[in-house]
Amino acid sequence: MSYSKLTRDEIARRIAQDIPEGSYVNLGIGMPTLVGNHLPKDREIFLHSENGILGMGPAPAPGEEDADLINAGKEPVTLLTGGAYFHHTDSFAMMRGGHLDIAVLGAFQVSVSGDLANWHSGGAAIPAVGGAMDLAVGAKSVWVMMEHRAKSGESKIVDRCTYPLTGIGVVKRIYTDLAVIDVTPRGLAASRMVPGLSFDELQRLTGVPLHAAGAKAAA
Amino acid sequence: MVDKISPSIEAALADVRDGATILVGGFGGAGVPEELVDALIEQGAKDLTVVNNNAGNGEVGIAALFKAGRIRKLVCSYPRQVDSHHFQEAYRAGKVELEIVPQGTLSERMRAAGAGIGAFFTPTGFGTDLAKGKEARVIDGKGQVLEYPLHGDVALVKAERGDRWGNLVYHKSARNYGPTMASAAKITIAQVYEIVELGQLDPESIVTPGIFVTRVVKVPRKGGAYRAPAGGSVTRGISGRAAA
Repeated sequence: MSYSKLTRDEIARRIAQDIPEGSYVNLGIGMPTLVGNHLPKDREIFLHSENGILGMGPAPAPGEEDADLINAGKEPVTLLTGGAYFHHTDSFAMMRGGHLDIAVLGAFQVSVSGDLANWHSGGAAIPAVGGAMDLAVGAKSVWVMMEHRAKSGESKIVDRCTYPLTGIGVVKRIYTDLAVIDVTPRGLAASRMVPGLSFDELQRLTGVPLHAAGAKAAA
Repeated sequence: MVDKISPSIEAALADVRDGATILVGGFGGAGVPEELVDALIEQGAKDLTVVNNNAGNGEVGIAALFKAGRIRKLVCSYPRQVDSHHFQEAYRAGKVELEIVPQGTLSERMRAAGAGIGAFFTPTGFGTDLAKGKEARVIDGKGQVLEYPLHGDVALVKAERGDRWGNLVYHKSARNYGPTMASAAKITIAQVYEIVELGQLDPESIVTPGIFVTRVVKVPRKGGAYRAPAGGSVTRGISGRAAA
């Protein structure tokens, strides 16, 4: 049976739909930023940016950019009515102090126990961590958004991360282009496989044991 | 009469010494005190340790300090940007030491310095390469890493408005590290676009009270237009996949 992988926007839409009203959310740079484009219009959701913004709004119209109003990826953004600015130390208190409900982060690898590797590919690359480690330990729920397999075909869900770790046992849920995987004390629970993808096939494409999550329906 | 307003940017920077640790505000391009950093190149201090979130962008500010060979060590959270080529060249050539610090730890270490805290434990980085060699404990069931304060000899910050007592307010997300760095250095120099009379800043809204500020210097306002980073798109992790 054939199946199609979700596009990045489709994964982003899936994540956006799962964010409850009233949540304080940080979207990591790169792929997770796309989630902001798909937030349901009828929900009030507070986007946090590590550089001191709560209530971050969408990109400004061309010509309306302000060099002093940027997101964590250094792209121009806006502030929603009711939003706030604050300094860096307060911003990271929000993160580390457990005040954020959800952080959506990209990843190189996630382990069966929820270890996250997303800051450094090792080797000769210049290391750069930014706020990744603070988000990993601080947010109440860390959700990872990533392709299920690397370009080489290897599963990015692994027994033990081989890339340098960002945080230990921090990931609660993984949204991939094939399924949603919850990290539970009983192991990895798979749900919402893309249409046409069987559990057995998903298991074959994943480097570690999965089990089918309860009675969750396919999305 | 107390008057912290410096007559010129040169006068404001006159006592920066070789070997100094300089805390430089800014995140990406927002909040970087570019005029102060440019003037520091003219001033000539060398063998500097610079603390900044990033590693300079394009040809101005910290990037220009790297190009001029004045920086011995960079303490930073995210040096990997497409237009940080002057840092990258110096780093690859072994001319600059790099200390990578998780962003919240970087900020908190300066807060601790400004607040007289001797050290602190943080869960950030526990069990990772960035905690290697550091004391760690399990507190409240959570692994935590011991981190020490990060003091500056000089802080260079960019604010929007200031008065002669050194009170400051900022502009949007350009605030970022400014208030924390202002508290963490022996000498804090703030560049502002506007100097106002005492009382014109709302006391309920002053962000950095003047006790943390040594000098205020006015610089001309440039066009406020957003400048995309030179050399291509915005910052990305490796292959655009990493969060940071």
